[in-house]
Amino acid sequence: MAIVFERPKSLSDVTLHYCPGCTHGIIHRLIAEVIDELDIEGKTIGVAPVGCSVFAYNYFNCDMQEAAHGRAPAVATGIKRADPGNIVFTYQGDGDLAAIGTAETVHAAARSENITVIFVNNAIYGMTGGQMAPTSLVGQVTQTSPYGRKTETQGYPLKVCETLATIQGTAYAERVSVDDVKNIKKAKAAIKKAFENQLAGRGFSIVEVLSTCPTNWGLSPVEALGWLRENMMPHYPLGIYKDITKEEKK
Amino acid sequence: MNQTSELIIAGFGGQGILFAGKVLAYGGMLAAKEVSWLPSYGPEMRGGTANCHVIVSDAPVSSPIITNPTLLIAMNKPSLDKFEDALVPGGMVFVDSTLIDRQVKRSDVRVHYIPATQLAQDMNAPKLANMIMLGKLIAEADMLTYDEVKTGLGKSVPSSKQDLLALNLKAINAGYGYKA
Amino acid sequence: MSDKVLMKGNEAIAEAAMRAGCRHFFGYPITPQTELAAYMAKKMPKVGGLFLQAESEVAAINMVYGAAGAGVRVMTSSSSPGISLKQEGISYIAGADLPCLIVNIVRGGPGLGGIQPAQSDYFQATRGGGHGDYRLIVLAPSSVQEMVDLTYLAFDLGDKYRMPVMIIGDGMLGQMMEPVVFDDTKGGGTGEKAWATTGTRMARKRNIINSLYITPEELEKLVWEREKKYDTVRAAEVRFEQYAAGDAEYIIAAYGTTARIAKNAIDTLRREGYKVGLIRPITLWPFPNEAFSRAAKTAKAFLTVEMSTGQMVEDVRLSVDGKVPVHFYGRTGGMVPSPAEIIEKIKSIAGGDK
Repeated sequence: MAIVFERPKSLSDVTLHYCPGCTHGIIHRLIAEVIDELDIEGKTIGVAPVGCSVFAYNYFNCDMQEAAHGRAPAVATGIKRADPGNIVFTYQGDGDLAAIGTAETVHAAARSENITVIFVNNAIYGMTGGQMAPTSLVGQVTQTSPYGRKTETQGYPLKVCETLATIQGTAYAERVSVDDVKNIKKAKAAIKKAFENQLAGRGFSIVEVLSTCPTNWGLSPVEALGWLRENMMPHYPLGIYKDITKEEKK
Repeated sequence: MNQTSELIIAGFGGQGILFAGKVLAYGGMLAAKEVSWLPSYGPEMRGGTANCHVIVSDAPVSSPIITNPTLLIAMNKPSLDKFEDALVPGGMVFVDSTLIDRQVKRSDVRVHYIPATQLAQDMNAPKLANMIMLGKLIAEADMLTYDEVKTGLGKSVPSSKQDLLALNLKAINAGYGYKA
Repeated sequence: MSDKVLMKGNEAIAEAAMRAGCRHFFGYPITPQTELAAYMAKKMPKVGGLFLQAESEVAAINMVYGAAGAGVRVMTSSSSPGISLKQEGISYIAGADLPCLIVNIVRGGPGLGGIQPAQSDYFQATRGGGHGDYRLIVLAPSSVQEMVDLTYLAFDLGDKYRMPVMIIGDGMLGQMMEPVVFDDTKGGGTGEKAWATTGTRMARKRNIINSLYITPEELEKLVWEREKKYDTVRAAEVRFEQYAAGDAEYIIAAYGTTARIAKNAIDTLRREGYKVGLIRPITLWPFPNEAFSRAAKTAKAFLTVEMSTGQMVEDVRLSVDGKVPVHFYGRTGGMVPSPAEIIEKIKSIAGGDK
């Protein structure tokens, strides 16, 4: 009998701890598929963040390091510089990457650190129970913005890809979504490109993945996908914000 | 009894205070003596006062900080004001008389006035007053010999700047032979 | 052995680190450790090594974490305020059992404080500084040559015990020049690090560098295992120097710069007939408790001298355990005690009793 679907080799054989309907699992799988397809598991080191994906080190079969909150790009820098022949990726949420770790993110990009950053944006702090994130939308109700995010006192959501695209050291910045099959395919292509960039020595590549958090958004998984499309996508348009390979071709 | 020289060199930042001390420390080290060199550091280095403490001894150096120097080179008035009283009785002070318009008040120390800044300008080497003072120091004090300092100078000047060596030595000679 | 050369303490640490096989340095500018980083920036590229100026102390120590986890000899250096920023990373490094060298060229605090020499980071260095049950091996050189020797030792101890090692100096030691020689028979060997994240090469199971253990039973077990390792270090790695201490009735306890000043005071006091000696801890952690408890059997009193308001004195008191009085003399904020001040203090403790 022909096998038509199986677990990617570089994804470990354990049950993920994520909530039902959360899209972390899809994103993990896409990364693992890319690692398999590029045949780089043996030389890949992943860096897990603090946040919902804190246990990511259990889910990949490659070597892994667990970073302090927000420090994944700095940790990845240390790993990459120790052996530039290895492939190093970080997996970070919005609080980790765009709040407490903003400096590490921006400066890894500024140095054009030859690493791959997978940025999961679900507009909320998930693990700690649904607080306002740097990417929470204006008006979004969270545990720490119970009356909705107010710009007067709580400012505006950060647009990470747009910001990083202005940095000369950024090689590649694309925002994708995993809300439907078509977008999942695009997301995988983007993740693959971000790893291929590293293999080619092109420098800092980031893929921002719009993701859902049904638990903390207080929605069913299906409703959450709808909320993502209706509320997140208009503020965080999908697309390529920077791609030096396109500039090379010009 | 072990011989120990404790020298403070003091002046403005930019007068080559630290370099003069380094020449002596190197000279002492290469003469198989125990040495230490301690600079003042921080914002005061930016155009303010600078000083360094140099100890050359037959015995291991304990504290590199000199509280009561046996020797003092003062290259501006604030330095003389600051360190004159600290000199040990019987100590020796070298005064750049071009920049310091007062006499040493102490009567229990030996004093040498050298118009080092003027001499340096006359030599067309205005930055080498420090080496002129150094020359006079080794002529008068029993710290290091002329040859030991010459060796120290060779080590202190980077190999890429050996052209400066002859000029520095000329300034040391000028101080060494200076008679008031 | 290399030729004898005259070097600043800060530069001597950098040179020794490279000779010990360190090829990765991550740092952030701060006075008075400046020369160390500058030396690395200049020399590392010439030996195929890496000097990286990070965006912050926080980033620098996390780069150290990453590189240490990847199995290379790695270090960072800073001064007090910068070391405070690094505490998060140091805790994680200790929690993940990674070896590295952290150099603290201490300046006066708290807060921005000053830039002159101080010893007021003793608690931070020996009691943790970051969160959780952990220790650093803390080495306190008192000469430029010892800065060299302890740098080699720091890397060896770090690798041997898989733990972070701190060298604690001060602005005076960092800035002063003294003759040094480098022992080229030492260093270079980083050893096999089977636990490091070097890439599985599909030839072994994955390695995970981590300090997260969500099950309390598991975490407790690991923390106690680490404590056993610390017990081994306590038993095997205590280092101290005694100076004129054999027949001493009054023992001065001092480390680093202060110990050198104490030696001047002791020489003068001895000439005047006072039986005074010095115990100088070289390892601040593990602390030489036994040296002090032994001396307490014969000494009449101790005097701890520090450039702080009294930090190491607590360890001396714990070691002496109330058997004889332990006095304290301190200067702080960047002020350095003079031999005369120490002499006066000893005389007041001794009364007329030579």
